[in-house]
Amino acid sequence: MPSTTPKKAYVSGFSAGLPFLIVVIPFGAIFGVIGMEAGLNLVEVMGFSVLVIAGGAQITALQLMQDNAPTVIVLATALAVNARMAMYSASMAPHVGTAPMWQKALISYLLVDQSYAASVLKYEEKPQWDVATKVAYFLGTITPVAPMWYLGTLAGALAGQAIPESWSLDVAVPLAFLAIVAPGLRTVAHMAAAFTALLASLLLAWLPFSLGVIAAGMLGMVAGAEVEKAIARRAPQ
Amino acid sequence: MNDYPIWLIIAVLAAGTFLIRFSFIGLTGDRPLPPALLRYLRYTPFAVLPALVAPMLAWPAATDGVTDPARLLAAAATVLVGWRMKSLLFAVLAGLAVFYGAVALGF
Repeated sequence: MPSTTPKKAYVSGFSAGLPFLIVVIPFGAIFGVIGMEAGLNLVEVMGFSVLVIAGGAQITALQLMQDNAPTVIVLATALAVNARMAMYSASMAPHVGTAPMWQKALISYLLVDQSYAASVLKYEEKPQWDVATKVAYFLGTITPVAPMWYLGTLAGALAGQAIPESWSLDVAVPLAFLAIVAPGLRTVAHMAAAFTALLASLLLAWLPFSLGVIAAGMLGMVAGAEVEKAIARRAPQ
Repeated sequence: MNDYPIWLIIAVLAAGTFLIRFSFIGLTGDRPLPPALLRYLRYTPFAVLPALVAPMLAWPAATDGVTDPARLLAAAATVLVGWRMKSLLFAVLAGLAVFYGAVALGF
């Protein structure tokens, strides 16, 4: 079996991260545009993208602030959007859990949908890789993504009004989320989780301050877990 | 918007998001996690993201809440292509192509 050095793994991670730029740059730009439109200044917009690096949560927070939701609701809903990252953390832990603490902290800061998806896919393919190689691959995947996320935000914030509304850039946001979810819909349980959450979110949309999104997300998680249990009961190993 | 403590919100979101990401990587090492916990965590993205997207698609802010067939068709194309081809990139490209195609056709 050919051995892989961390350096080679980094390069291969880098090329795995490149295709994500087609999503990350417009997504960053959208946040930049709507952040400025909402009345934030340039430093605040960049503060969100550099310190939080979670587009979905950032846009959610902006929308709630424009709806005049209480600060506590803004924080709770935006963090609920990021709850999926606890799952990313749990599935990364067996692979990088023994790395030095500073590397684990760095990975945690940089654990976004794209770096997670690319890395875990690779780790399942190459379970024999050592920790240093796995960390290098992860850092490779995020190297094109994170800087272009910052720059995309900056470009959007600066270009702002110059981008015509008729381009409907906003459409990229829901499509990017759906594109993260769709390839992972492998089992009936995944689909049950997604459909339950989708339906519940529409039915609960009357709840104030996007509380329906949180409730629908919880219902979807329960639906997925229950369907998985039911299937396991019916087909014992 | 100006009434909000923006930097407090940024700081809490940054710290909270970091702690969510750090949770298992930082604290559990490579110890196995309880299966019941993993069962719920497994479905987090599949539940939270559709819940977030559904109102955006049904009542887009960009159209003042009027349901837009072009956006719904684009969403359907994204899910179908992503699901069949297991590719995030092709899923987004298919969705954007359908959206701009539908807009060009006057949907």
